Amino acid sequence: MFNWFAQIFAVTQFSMRSLSQRKGSSAVAMLGIAGVVAVMVGVLSIAQGIQATMESSVGEENAIVLRSGSDSEMMSGLSGDDTRLIAEAPGIARDGSGALASPELFVIINLPMRSTGTDANVPMRGVQAPAMTVRGNFSLVEGRMFEWGLNEVIVGIGAQQQFAGLDIGSSIEVGQDQWPVVGVFEADGGLAESEIWVDAAVLQPAYRRGNSYQAVYVKLSSSEEFDAFKDALTSDPRLNVKPMREAEYYDSQSTVVYNMITGLGTIIAVIMGFGAVFGALNTMYTAVSGRTREIATLRALGFRAGPIVISVVSESLLLAFAGGLIGAGLAWLAFDGFHAATLNWASFSAITFSFDVNVKLLTQGIIFAMIIGLIGGLFPAIRAARQPVATALREL
Amino acid sequence: MKYFYLIFSSLKRKKIRTGLTVLSIVVAFVLFGYLTAIRQAFDAGVEVAGADRLIVRHKVSIIQLLPEAYETRIEQIEGVDNAVHSTWFGGIYQEPKNFFSQIPMEPEELFDMYPEYILSDEHKAAWLETRSGVIAGRGLVERFGWKLGDRIPINATIWIKKDGGRTWEFDLVGIYDGAEKGTDTSQFFFRYDFFDETRAGGTGQVGWYTVRVTDPDKAAEVAAAIDAGFANSAAETKAEPEGAFVQGFANQIGNIGFIIMSIMSAVFFTILLVAGNTMAYTVRERTNELAVLKAIGFTDRGVLGLVLGESFALTFVGGSIGLGLAWLLVSTGDPTGGSFPVFYLPTRDLFFGFLLIAVMAVVAGLIPALQAQKLQIADALRR
Repeated sequence: MFNWFAQIFAVTQFSMRSLSQRKGSSAVAMLGIAGVVAVMVGVLSIAQGIQATMESSVGEENAIVLRSGSDSEMMSGLSGDDTRLIAEAPGIARDGSGALASPELFVIINLPMRSTGTDANVPMRGVQAPAMTVRGNFSLVEGRMFEWGLNEVIVGIGAQQQFAGLDIGSSIEVGQDQWPVVGVFEADGGLAESEIWVDAAVLQPAYRRGNSYQAVYVKLSSSEEFDAFKDALTSDPRLNVKPMREAEYYDSQSTVVYNMITGLGTIIAVIMGFGAVFGALNTMYTAVSGRTREIATLRALGFRAGPIVISVVSESLLLAFAGGLIGAGLAWLAFDGFHAATLNWASFSAITFSFDVNVKLLTQGIIFAMIIGLIGGLFPAIRAARQPVATALREL
Repeated sequence: MKYFYLIFSSLKRKKIRTGLTVLSIVVAFVLFGYLTAIRQAFDAGVEVAGADRLIVRHKVSIIQLLPEAYETRIEQIEGVDNAVHSTWFGGIYQEPKNFFSQIPMEPEELFDMYPEYILSDEHKAAWLETRSGVIAGRGLVERFGWKLGDRIPINATIWIKKDGGRTWEFDLVGIYDGAEKGTDTSQFFFRYDFFDETRAGGTGQVGWYTVRVTDPDKAAEVAAAIDAGFANSAAETKAEPEGAFVQGFANQIGNIGFIIMSIMSAVFFTILLVAGNTMAYTVRERTNELAVLKAIGFTDRGVLGLVLGESFALTFVGGSIGLGLAWLLVSTGDPTGGSFPVFYLPTRDLFFGFLLIAVMAVVAGLIPALQAQKLQIADALRR
């Protein structure tokens, strides 16, 4: 047994040392695998980024109330009376100024994208004072808060980066009016950073909404209160509403786009993976055939087939691992934190997000590379070990 | 002829290597074809957009409605041939993932404005007779396995009915086909009069207008005239060519073209390395043989041709199989389960694929071929 391990060690060491003589083809296999891993990690990081934005730091105790039958805020509608009834429901946390329930208006406005100059549906939210406390992660990073009752807006940092004309001092055109931008805010990378915020009382007449809203965001006193809160609202005959945990709501919003990108990304990665397996097989076959005589000599000296197989496979795994590292590293350097915007179909409005190359993706990429390396090394290894010593020795 | 034989026998020499190289080229071209189809799905709307059509929408955002009365006012503007209105219904068929658009339109106007939608006279007559009638594109009908006469329930998310209900029922009376391969046959059109009298709110309000101009060269001027006509009114408009509107929409989803180009470059770079490496190997291994060929009278140029020919044979076989597989894969349907309005591999891109094959063959084979050409018989034979 010990002898067997000693053999593995000796052969593997031997083949690693001779790697430098096969620089060209080894580098090709490595780069091929690196390319596959980089593309796979890059594409999947888009989906991760969108999901991270949708789910960023939503508190367990946060909930949202829409009109029943609506799947997004965009489609929903609640009267001023509805919102007052919702704010009185049990389970809602309170602070000095009252219940932490925020009736909000959600519309879109056309603004050009910085990248292309073409119009995008930028989300605009009309809020009341509790909106900031309910969210909990809201903070101004530049300028000041808008004055309640005035035609002033604050913009999310993501929206400011992606859409033109949202710098402090510039103003957006809403019908006949100009609404100046007075501040920029952050929300822990969450969805709100894609939005423009304004006093709901200012937005209602501008979009002819009377005294209506689209959603009520609430903070419950604890996560366990949700069921009681939900029952109270759904059993109230005066209301026809759908309460949801905020995390669940966002989850349903991002499913379509997340599945689409992940699905496409996986198909592309699998097809490319096949290509990389063929490349790795090619390299290893070439490496083995270049060493036919060498391997035969080892066999003649008494080295057994097992250690030879293992040495070839480990060479291939080593190349794959290096390729995986390079690819994952490249993807991380090139894509992590890259800002982009896309359309959220569920609400018909833009969301801004950053590509997210996280540890999970990097690990997936390297594992994928190792699988390629394993398949790519195994068959040539078996072939090398099976060659009859006498004929192999005679080969060129 | 002797060259063909020589190329063939040198490819046969290391069957595994030849096979693997061909397979990796196959993979590259499968991806090429597949990604091209995806890009086409996103770009299709821009390509088929009518050069003589404008889209007129509310200036502030597309979710705000315009008065139905704008139609006559737009039609009076000089240079306008016809204007029709559309509205986003945004309903759900069974469950949200079955997304497709539903649009109420005036039947007489629809086919005048969109000659690319082809509907038989019989179906047209049936639609004019049935108030709750709907006509759907061939693609959509196939996606859900509908038949003529089916009653299709759609759950409204925006437009609640006067009786407070959310379920609108439509009768499938016609199926339209596309005039071209790229025509969107995923649309669902129902009658505006039925829509307007059934909806609880928003009566007399429509989503956007499609306007046909008499002279496409003057489209920009007509657009400006329309916007000027509604300036300072309660609902100001933004008019732009249909192509620009669709492009703007595609841009919002993201820079698909750029992403796909990046992936393709990575793929081709990788495959080029693999194929180039294989060619370099075969030449190095056969130094002796090539020298013999030269010694028995093959010219330098002949040997160059031989190596290039080998490279060409590899890429051509692999590339053709790859494009063929991609075509098969694409014709099995789109990966999103029907969200793309069109999904096909355009002939133009097939040609481009073959061009790529040729380029790849040259690039991968050139350096080894030049090396082979430069071989000195005496040196090479001694190795």
